[in-house]
Amino acid sequence: MRRVRIKDEYLEQRIFLQRSAVAAFIVLGVMLLLAGRAFWLQVLRHDHYAELSQGNRARIEPLPPNRGIIYDRAGRVIAENTPAYQLELVREQAGDLDTTLAELERFGLIEVDDLERVRQLVLSRRSFEAVPIRLQLDDELVARFAVHRHELPGVTLETRMARHYPFGAIGAHALGYVGTISEDDVTRLDKERYFGTGVVGKTGIERAYEDDLLGSSGYREVLVNAAGRSVELAEGKADQLRSRQPQAGRDLRLTLDIDLQRVAEEAMAGHRGAVVAIDPSNGDVLVLASLPSFDPNGFARGISRRDYLALTEDPDQPLFNRVLRGTYPPGSTIKPIMALAGLEYEVIRPQDSIYCAGQYYLPGSRHKYRDWKHEGHGTVDMHDAIMESCDVYFYRLANTLGIDRIHDIMTRIGFGAPTGIDIGGERGGIMPSPQWKKTAFSGHSQQVWFPGETVILGIGQGYWAATPLQLATATAVLATRGKHFRPRLVRAFVDPVTGAVDERAPWPLPAIVLKDQANWEVIVDAMVAVTSGARGTAVRASRGAAYSIAGKTGTAQVYSIGQTEKYDASQVAERLRDHALFVAFAPADAPKLVIAVLVENGGHGSSAAAPIARSIFDAYLARGTG
Amino acid sequence: MYEEFSASRTRRTVTATARLMRALHLDGMLLSGLAVVGIFGLFVLYSAAGDNTALWFSQVARFGIGFAVMIAIAQVPDHFIRMASPIAYVLGLVLLLLVAVAGDVGKGAQRWLDIGIIRFQPSEIMKLAVPMMCAWYLHQRPLPPSLWNVVAVLAMILVPVLLIAEEPDLGTALLVAAAGLLVVVLGGLPWTYMLGGVVIAGAAVPLVWSMLHDYQRQRILTLLDPQSDALGAGYHIIQSQIAIGSGGVFGKGWTNGSQAQLEFLPERSTDFIFAVIGEELGLLGLIALLAGYMFIVGRGMYMSTQCRDAFTRLLSGSIALTFFVYVFVNAGMVTGLLPVVGVPLPLVSYGGTSLVTLMAGFGMLMSLYSSRKLLGS
Repeated sequence: MRRVRIKDEYLEQRIFLQRSAVAAFIVLGVMLLLAGRAFWLQVLRHDHYAELSQGNRARIEPLPPNRGIIYDRAGRVIAENTPAYQLELVREQAGDLDTTLAELERFGLIEVDDLERVRQLVLSRRSFEAVPIRLQLDDELVARFAVHRHELPGVTLETRMARHYPFGAIGAHALGYVGTISEDDVTRLDKERYFGTGVVGKTGIERAYEDDLLGSSGYREVLVNAAGRSVELAEGKADQLRSRQPQAGRDLRLTLDIDLQRVAEEAMAGHRGAVVAIDPSNGDVLVLASLPSFDPNGFARGISRRDYLALTEDPDQPLFNRVLRGTYPPGSTIKPIMALAGLEYEVIRPQDSIYCAGQYYLPGSRHKYRDWKHEGHGTVDMHDAIMESCDVYFYRLANTLGIDRIHDIMTRIGFGAPTGIDIGGERGGIMPSPQWKKTAFSGHSQQVWFPGETVILGIGQGYWAATPLQLATATAVLATRGKHFRPRLVRAFVDPVTGAVDERAPWPLPAIVLKDQANWEVIVDAMVAVTSGARGTAVRASRGAAYSIAGKTGTAQVYSIGQTEKYDASQVAERLRDHALFVAFAPADAPKLVIAVLVENGGHGSSAAAPIARSIFDAYLARGTG
Repeated sequence: MYEEFSASRTRRTVTATARLMRALHLDGMLLSGLAVVGIFGLFVLYSAAGDNTALWFSQVARFGIGFAVMIAIAQVPDHFIRMASPIAYVLGLVLLLLVAVAGDVGKGAQRWLDIGIIRFQPSEIMKLAVPMMCAWYLHQRPLPPSLWNVVAVLAMILVPVLLIAEEPDLGTALLVAAAGLLVVVLGGLPWTYMLGGVVIAGAAVPLVWSMLHDYQRQRILTLLDPQSDALGAGYHIIQSQIAIGSGGVFGKGWTNGSQAQLEFLPERSTDFIFAVIGEELGLLGLIALLAGYMFIVGRGMYMSTQCRDAFTRLLSGSIALTFFVYVFVNAGMVTGLLPVVGVPLPLVSYGGTSLVTLMAGFGMLMSLYSSRKLLGS
């Protein structure tokens, strides 16, 4: 049976009121829930969200520091920062990247070889970031870009500070260069300091003094929107953003004399080799030239792959620093020091003379040691032996001294170990000894020291290998009659803001004190005779000098050509010629400059190397400056 | 003397206003509440719109239209509204079917119907047509409703809701369902049925889950762990909470919200404008807004209790409470209590259609309320 219900107005109204009351409670509860949620977010968790919000809106933009400027000893700028144009590309504005890159290549704004590298570089960055794709554009490229700008969406021309070396290749091996930070660099560098800096010192002073030159980077917070682009700051809100000013790096004042460096490099033009000039009174390096040289600006502006390969594959090895890393037999240039050792150990007196018949035999041996002068020098004393560079005299002296005493004095004067010059990459060369032979060779028969090996050390041959820098510092010891300084390239730091100069004191090494200090003069006199005596080997190059030069020529034999070196047939003969050496200081009685010259495959020291030293002395001493 | 004169003039003015209100079938209290919240909303929208002042002026114009519609509908007698209920419902259903067949696609959803002069969303009509239909149906039957009546009403609700959810427009579907269900609940739906409904709904969760669109599922998953997809679907929630939380008690100041002004906050002038208030006006701003909403809901509910018959009571009660559901769903979403569902913040979010529907609803509420008073006078 169906129960019939009729509408009960009173009941319905009561139900409605009841339900409304429940609903009102629910509404109130939910409103409190919402307010409570807001309280949780805005009061209890406010700090947390405030932090997140700050991180959201502010992006840190780097303010890279200005790299320290490098001056030569006379205050001429040899490494500076100049505004340069660079091309930057923003991927998201460029449309199709490959098309844009192809256009850039078509207009000659990037090279074919670099296309892939640039493409990878751009793709590795965020789409709204401006990626530098070509540094240091010259006027012609800037003009070319201006013409084609409208065809290159997303590509802009920006002005940035870039390293510039006004003297180009001159002094490049001392200065070194900066280059783009590589993957290897990234692992060793402090990322915070390099924030916003694209280059790092790679070689030479630029690398060794990186820490001083770099300075410290600053930053500023910029307001960004959600897409990561910076937006204009409304006025009055700037104080909400943090910033730190960058600190420019320290300027360097070098010991290098860029004019003298130029003289040296011009005199060496066309040769391979090395020239070092040192102020013996403090170790200041005035000239450090390795030829051929290269233009460091190429590296600073981002060297192209093709240009880099051209430098590394050049058989003349322009990137090889011969002054620091080239090791050569010192040849006859060490004869004065050998003579000094004979006097110091009292195995010979200056007036003792021998008869030179052009050859020397060890007692009980039939092996013949030849003099460079086939017919011999006749009767020679120490003075003559140095002046004429008599080999027989020094074979005999070396044998009398013995290897231990030779090794002792030569080590004290700096052979066999790096000189400690203030730029890196230096080699120590080899000062051989029985001890050294034991560690250098593995076969037992090779580890034995033969008396004949001592004999040829007397004329700077055999295993002996020295860098041009070692020859110069050893010669400086002779010039100062025993004073010894570590060679240096930087003599002062300059604060870029206050201009305060922080001079560095010379770095003396233990002086060499002879039992009889008069012996210095015996040796120096003989070296003066080399350039002025009747039979001196460097007389021709020294003729007409307004000052007295003390010098010594040398010739280092080239035994073989390194297997890794590639020469064509016509060059082989030239590459087998002896290296020409010359060490000298002037004025002989009060030396102001010590020079070591090495000309690879130059033949004789007297004809190839001595004239180069002469032109540097002339240029330097004619000034009358110290 | 003078003071007396002045005071009496004030009284006269008040009375004149009251008379005008009555003549226009308007409720002064509700109107004031709507106006205050609306002005507050325009004030916030000006900041949220940023440089886009055209957007702001267009919203002002929409408020004008909205109030006009409200006043117009308030003039419609209650019996006419009742008569129109089934017609509106059927018309809405037909339009929804038309949308499914020939609607315009916007933002990946088929919601719009272009009838030459204007484009509009038929689902908006249903926000009012469904509670009207439910109230109309229950009005003719004894309350509390029998099981059969409840099933019939649920069917009336479910058909349009499914059509809208299929567009897909989950937010509107939810609000339409809420509007209809509120009518049934206010009508006296037995608590046991409600409990049973909850159990059935719980059982249907897997089924509903399988019917949801991927983006809808993602929104629910994102609510549970926003950080799981911080740059995707979770981005909205994370950024809105950062905005609100960083506002603190007093806010960063009007137009100074960095989250909103720098576009970290998505949909800042529409669905997420609640976060702009939280960021720029702080906890105080949010509480002021919620208090405003409370006033409107409370006044609306009071008005519904004064109505003379079941139809007017149920419909007006549903309109008042649905407005509250709007607020809760939006604020809950923006503060991270509920999943991201596209529901605008009533009276504040930018957007024309929903505002006009809302004001039409309040117009109806006023009409129903005034019919009761007219009876009494």
